Amino acid sequence: MKMKKLAAMALAGTMAAAPAMAELVIPDLSYRTGPYAAGGTPFSDGYQDYFNLLNARDGGIGGEAIRIVECETGYNTEKGVECYESTKGEGALIYQPLSTGITYQLIPKATVDEIPIHTMGYGRTSAANGEVFNWVFNYPANYWDAASVMVNYLLEENGGDLSGKKIALVYHNSAYGKEPIRTLEELSAMHGFELSQLAVDHPGQEQKSQWLQIRRERPDYVLMWGWGVMNQVAVQEAANIGFPMENFIGNWWAGAEHDVTPAGAGADGYKSLNMNRVDASLPVFDEIRTLVHEAGNAAGDGSNMGSVLYTRGMYAAMLAAEAIANAQEIHGVTDVTAAMVRDGMAALEITEARMAELGMSQIGPEFSVSCENHGGSGLGIVQQWNAADGQWVALTDYIAPDDSVIDPLIAEDSAAFAAENGIEPGCL
Amino acid sequence: MLYREAGDFKTTYVADSQTFPLKLDRIGFWVTMAVAWLVIPFVINDYWASSLLVPFLIYAIAAIGLNILTGYCGQVSLGTGGFMAVGAYACYKLMTSFPDVNIMIHIVLAGGITAMVGAAFGLPSLRIKGFYLAVATLAAQFFLVWLFNKVAWFYNYSASGQINAPERLVAGVAVTGPSTPAWAQYLICLFFVTVCALIARNLTRGTIGRSWMAIRDMDIAAEIIGVNPLKAKLTAFAVSSFFVGIAGALFFSVYLGAVEVGEAFGIQKSFLVLFMIIIGGLGSIFGSFAGAAFLVLLPVALKWLGVDVMGWPTDLVAHFQLVIVGALIMFFLIKEPHGLAQLWRLAKEKLRLWPFPY
Repeated sequence: MKMKKLAAMALAGTMAAAPAMAELVIPDLSYRTGPYAAGGTPFSDGYQDYFNLLNARDGGIGGEAIRIVECETGYNTEKGVECYESTKGEGALIYQPLSTGITYQLIPKATVDEIPIHTMGYGRTSAANGEVFNWVFNYPANYWDAASVMVNYLLEENGGDLSGKKIALVYHNSAYGKEPIRTLEELSAMHGFELSQLAVDHPGQEQKSQWLQIRRERPDYVLMWGWGVMNQVAVQEAANIGFPMENFIGNWWAGAEHDVTPAGAGADGYKSLNMNRVDASLPVFDEIRTLVHEAGNAAGDGSNMGSVLYTRGMYAAMLAAEAIANAQEIHGVTDVTAAMVRDGMAALEITEARMAELGMSQIGPEFSVSCENHGGSGLGIVQQWNAADGQWVALTDYIAPDDSVIDPLIAEDSAAFAAENGIEPGCL
Repeated sequence: MLYREAGDFKTTYVADSQTFPLKLDRIGFWVTMAVAWLVIPFVINDYWASSLLVPFLIYAIAAIGLNILTGYCGQVSLGTGGFMAVGAYACYKLMTSFPDVNIMIHIVLAGGITAMVGAAFGLPSLRIKGFYLAVATLAAQFFLVWLFNKVAWFYNYSASGQINAPERLVAGVAVTGPSTPAWAQYLICLFFVTVCALIARNLTRGTIGRSWMAIRDMDIAAEIIGVNPLKAKLTAFAVSSFFVGIAGALFFSVYLGAVEVGEAFGIQKSFLVLFMIIIGGLGSIFGSFAGAAFLVLLPVALKWLGVDVMGWPTDLVAHFQLVIVGALIMFFLIKEPHGLAQLWRLAKEKLRLWPFPY
């Protein structure tokens, strides 16, 4: 089934290339292999299925067919660079690498090549400053927002006072995991909680010593910045040492079904952030089921529909499609270029009415992007795992981060980047 | 017939001891150099540079470095990734501390710093051998990666712990940073490869190289005939690390531009370079190139064949790559333990007699 589809796609690709027919090329730098495949596969499935849905239902975006070019990165930066170089020549409109490490590689390259990057809730946080990072977008939220949302949630839990509390951060020892530290340190000084940092090395299968330390120090809360196999191991280890699961909060990349199911009932009560709502009954899923899956065009094996990361991949695709549609409207042409898509992204506005129209009501927060602010609203919800029902239950509505802490940090970090690279901040 | 030594007379000692004693080899060498220096820079594009040629050249330097230590001096090392990291971080610190100094000098200095670190980690080799030494170098690998992750000074206190190569020019052309043209990226690597290979080739056939090989073949006998093991082993570690450090510096500054130590210079890298010299051929400069080419080009070629030509799913192709590369490594270890270099040697032997073998 899948082979046939890809063969057909390749055929369509070659046929399309011959008479120079306009098409919208969307590379999908996915990873379906390696220690991070558990997260990469559903995200990529959702991402591709949504574009296939647009092709099947609307004939693409604005009448232009979409061509997806998938490239396997294995979450490896070298392969990611190779994928970028091999796909950019095909007329790529937007990159979503789903890897902070690859994002750091691509930011300077894509800026020179003038192709926009959308790193939804990952990547370089200070890219929220659109005047320095003209080609990089990280709406609707970023890591520093996530850290602040977590602390705001804990403040609410504790009646507005965290002084004297001990909070441990378990993080993937990479650019990804280190991102929230600066914000958490700032917040710890502000709210008087004690922050301890526990690094977990790639790929994260070995965490005995970190959890032994947690058992010894008994922090009140454990926050986690994990991805891939690290999440499953951490949840299992937390269950093993009997850490109270309701005090263990992961970020939005540590809160999918496959992260908690291996620990069984032990994972019950584990919390995580989410930037999109999980609702398997959204009308858009029915459309994907009938128009994409039943037509035999499902990406992957089609089993991930409705899961946390599938939904997020679909959400990412929706934001990209909306930006492309926006670009078509701004420039009055359907065959847009990467530079036009950037304009579409910089003027993107997502409203509840539009989300409902697309059959994904309330999937994400309402937000708008501007030339200066590429970061969106920064809202996040807290969800909790119910092991008996096998479901994530949203505990809160969208929580706002503390912008008074984050904005100066973003200004400082992006100014440092601008100075280092000789960038004159300004709008394009 | 064509490839033969008959008629290729040497009248001086210098001519007799040259690197390529056969005329056809010499012609082949100069043709390769001419193509590499005069043709490729004009036709290269971004994809060929950053996916194939630049990584191939950089890994070739690393493989030459490890080959000096393991292939010529017989000291097994699993610390290549860590030493590459030393080169990369040394280059980064030098680049950011002295922005006005030419990057070429920084890369050579980074190699020098790595040589010192390598010699320090080579000290245990005076007491332990074989597997035990491999474990000691493994410790270097993990210690160095941990160090660059832990001490914020090495990454200039950046929030993400990553190091980013700022733009640096050589003769007015950017060679690091995002606006580097593909040909400049390629040429700077080619320059270092050429120089390193020449140095390595001439070191290995001189006194110092002979003392390494004596230590490799039998260290006690070597000591009895007057080879100083301290000097031989430590110079092997230092020279090897110098090359590996240059490879690491180029890998970070020219090739990737941004590096995360755990991911880019992990234990995987050590194994990859070790596989390169095993497949290419231990104790051979040509083998270092052959091994690097094999392990850099093969995955890309398989991906091209699987995804672009056959239209298979990307994950299937990625899994196939692991299977095929693994199977080929086993095949080589069983069928030709001396690697691609030995195959090349055998082919040349056969060609000398062709078409009248006896």
